[in-house]
Amino acid sequence: MTANQRYNLTELLACVAAGLLENGRSVFVGTGFPILAAMLAQRTHAPGLLIIFEAGGIGPQVPALPISVGDSRTYYKASAASSMHEVMSASQAGYVDYGFLGGAAMDCYGNVNTTVIGEWEHPKVRLPGSGGANDVGSLCWQTIYVMRKQSPQTFVKKLDFLTTPGYLSGPGARERAGLPAGSGPYRVITQLGVYGFDEETKRLSLLSLHPGVTVQEVQAASEFEVLIPEKVAVSPEPTDEQLRILREIDPQGLVIGK
Amino acid sequence: MRDPIENNGELIGWHDPDENRQWIRENKSREMVDKRTTVAEAVRKFVPDGSLLAMGGFGHIRIPMSLVYEIVRQRRRNLTMFGKTAVHDLDILIGGGCVSRVEVAYSFGHELRGLSPCGRRAVESGQVQVTGEISNAGFQWRFLAAAMGVPFMPVRTMLGTDTLKHSSAKVIEDPWSGRPIALVPACYPDVALFHVHRCDRYGNAQIDGITVEDFELARATRRLVLTTEEIVEHGEIQRQPWRTNIPFYLVDAVVEVPFGAHPTEMPLVYYFDEEHIARWLEVSRTPEGTAQYFEEFVFGVPDFDAYLEKIGGKRRMEELKRIMNLQPPSGGEAMP
Repeated sequence: MTANQRYNLTELLACVAAGLLENGRSVFVGTGFPILAAMLAQRTHAPGLLIIFEAGGIGPQVPALPISVGDSRTYYKASAASSMHEVMSASQAGYVDYGFLGGAAMDCYGNVNTTVIGEWEHPKVRLPGSGGANDVGSLCWQTIYVMRKQSPQTFVKKLDFLTTPGYLSGPGARERAGLPAGSGPYRVITQLGVYGFDEETKRLSLLSLHPGVTVQEVQAASEFEVLIPEKVAVSPEPTDEQLRILREIDPQGLVIGK
Repeated sequence: MRDPIENNGELIGWHDPDENRQWIRENKSREMVDKRTTVAEAVRKFVPDGSLLAMGGFGHIRIPMSLVYEIVRQRRRNLTMFGKTAVHDLDILIGGGCVSRVEVAYSFGHELRGLSPCGRRAVESGQVQVTGEISNAGFQWRFLAAAMGVPFMPVRTMLGTDTLKHSSAKVIEDPWSGRPIALVPACYPDVALFHVHRCDRYGNAQIDGITVEDFELARATRRLVLTTEEIVEHGEIQRQPWRTNIPFYLVDAVVEVPFGAHPTEMPLVYYFDEEHIARWLEVSRTPEGTAQYFEEFVFGVPDFDAYLEKIGGKRRMEELKRIMNLQPPSGGEAMP
C-alpha cells in the first residue's frame, strides 16, 4: 500500500489531487483537504489557479492553511473579499471549472451523502448537511471528490440520503432534473486510487491505482461494482518538492496528520 | 404548464410580501435615532421565546457571542434557528437548552475540528427537531428574495436530490426554457444578530472582509441587533459612505462590545481562540460537562466583560490579534 517512509497517505492524495487542477482554471474549494490540495497546486504547477471560497474569498494567495472556508486567510492578498451571493452566482453562471469536495458516502453515479446515517427522521448519526456542497456539485462544471476511507460502507449501492448530486440515476438525469447541462462529477480520489466516470453509463470507473494497490483491493472496498478498464495507470508518487511545500502549508499537521 | 412539485420540508420564516411590506411600514422607523442599548436589554426586547433566529457571520466567523451567551443567561426557550452554516452559536444555544428547531444548511459540525457532540446528541435524541434541509446557496437566496421583497427566488441548485425533497422549495417548469427550476421561498427571520467592525449610534454599519450572507440577511430580517467592536461618530460614516454595508433604517439596536466575537474570529482583528473552542468541544461531550461550562462562563459571570477576564482578558486577546496578523502568539518574528 502507500505506507512509505517518505510520505503518508494524505500527502500522496494531496499531490494526486493537486495534479488534477490545471493552471488558468477556477476551483471552488470545500473545507479541509481540498484547501490543502488547491494550495499545493497554486504553489507548484498552477500559480494562476483561481481559488474561490464559498464565504466570499476570491483569488487569494493563501498564506497558511485556513481552519474554515470563511477564515480571513481565504482572502489574504486576494482579488476580492466578497460574499456568498457573489461566488454562488458566479458558479451558477458558469465561471467555476472545478468544485472540490469531501464526502461521507458515495454511490456508483457519484451522488454523495453528508446529511444522515440511518433514516432522516430518526438518524443514527446526524452529519452537518449540505452546506455549500450541493451547490458546488450542482453548479460547478466538474466536481472532484476526495474520500480517504473507501470501503463497502462508503462506496455503497444505495445512499441513506442523497445530499449532493452526482449523475443522479444515470445518463441524462442531471439535465432532466434541471441541473446545468454538461456539469457533473469528474474525479474521485480515495486511498486506493483515482476514478472517473464512464462516458456512456456515467458509472464510476477506475483510472489509476496508487503505488502498490491492486484491482482486487479496489473491488473488495466497494459495495457496488467498480468499472475496471483494460488499462489502468499507476498514480504518480509525490516529489520531494511537493512534500516540502505541503509541510510548509500545514506545519501543525491539521490535515496532513489525519 | 405542469403543476409545481412540492417538497417535504416545513416552510418557516415566510410571509406574504404584502403582509411584510405592511409590517415594515408600521414597525421599522425611518428616523435616524440613537439606538444604543445593552446586551441584556437587546435580548430582553428583541429575542422573545419562540423567535425565528438567524446570526450574521459564518460558522466560527464574526459571531455575536455576547448576545449568544446572553440568550443562554436569560434562559430563552423554543427558538428556531436558521442553520445557514450555524455552528458555534447553534451549539452553544442547543447546549443551553434554548433552541428546539433548526432548518439545516450546515450545522452540528465544526469543519476541520470535527462533528459537534452537543448538537448531534440533541438531534439524535429528538431533543432538537430538524425542520428541513437546504443548501448554503439555497438559504442565501431565500434571504435574497426576502431582501428584494419578492416571494421566492428561482435557483438551479439542489435539483434531483434528497436535500431538495426535504426542503421547502418547489419545482416548476421555467416558462422560458421549459426546464425544471427550483423556487426557494423568501425567508424573513423574526430577528437577526450581527457583530460588526464599526457602526454609529444610529446603526450605520461597516463590515470588513467577506460579508458572507449578511448583506441579504440584514435586509431580510424583521429585527436586527448589532453588537460592534466600536461605535464611531456619524461623521466617520459620512466620510466614506460607500463602506456602509448596513444602513441605519434596517437596525433596531446597537451595543458596543469590544472582542464581542470571542472565541470566534473577528476578520482582520483577532483570530479564532482554538483553545477555547477545543475546550467547548471536549466538555460538551457530556450533558454534565456542558452544564459546567455554562456555570463557569455564562451563569457564573454577570456580563461579557467578566467573561473576557475569565478567558484570559486583554493578554489573551492580544495573542489572538497576533495570530490574525500571522505572527507567533507571544513575541518573536513574523511567520514567513
